[in-house]
Amino acid sequence: MDALIPFTTSGSLVDLVDKKVLVVLRDGRKLTGVLRSYDQFANFLLESTVERLHYKFEYSDVDIGVLLIRGENVVALGEIDLIAEDNLPFVEIPLDEMRDKLAAQEKRRERDNIVKDKVLGSLGFVSDRHEGDAY
Amino acid sequence: MLIFSFFKTLTDQVITVELKNDLCITGTLKSVDQFLNIRLDGIRVEDPERHPHMLAVKNVFIRGSVVRYVRMAARAVDTTLLEDATRREAHNTGK
Repeated sequence: MDALIPFTTSGSLVDLVDKKVLVVLRDGRKLTGVLRSYDQFANFLLESTVERLHYKFEYSDVDIGVLLIRGENVVALGEIDLIAEDNLPFVEIPLDEMRDKLAAQEKRRERDNIVKDKVLGSLGFVSDRHEGDAY
Repeated sequence: MLIFSFFKTLTDQVITVELKNDLCITGTLKSVDQFLNIRLDGIRVEDPERHPHMLAVKNVFIRGSVVRYVRMAARAVDTTLLEDATRREAHNTGK
């Protein structure tokens, strides 16, 4: 297969079908699931999808199920090494606890950003961090 | 098309891809397509503490549209050849 269509998206992703993969989206979400299908725009169909929330060395999972991801939202697709995955130094915590921690982190970041904007504003710089994402 | 061809010559070289979200991934270039989507093998992430989700990932497909820079060794590039190719392509498309 690889020899027939060597330099296309389809040529390079065939070997990832039916593997456990991690998809990183433009909004920063990390999804893991089994890659069932894809196309030349990097649209992906994932089965048994789980969104993983990270906070330092802790994580929680949110079940999603079957998910079709439109290519424009994709940053990267990685194959998960199942052995390496078992040896990660992470601990799972309850989802509510994780949501609280992430909300607190977001609050701190927002507070820091307000201070930063004030300082930059006083120097004549205009903040544009509210306009879209990094992409 | 020229840059696509150039990337094809970098196949099997170790390159570093910097994404627009500041994530830097180093690995062996396995394939590239016409959108400059990149497939890297044996990857290593700069600053893994900030990106813990990448620790279990060994090879990665990066969508071309999210790439900011591709860094490569200077010896991987024949600049004179590239210059000539650029002129030739400009000449051919101008006709």
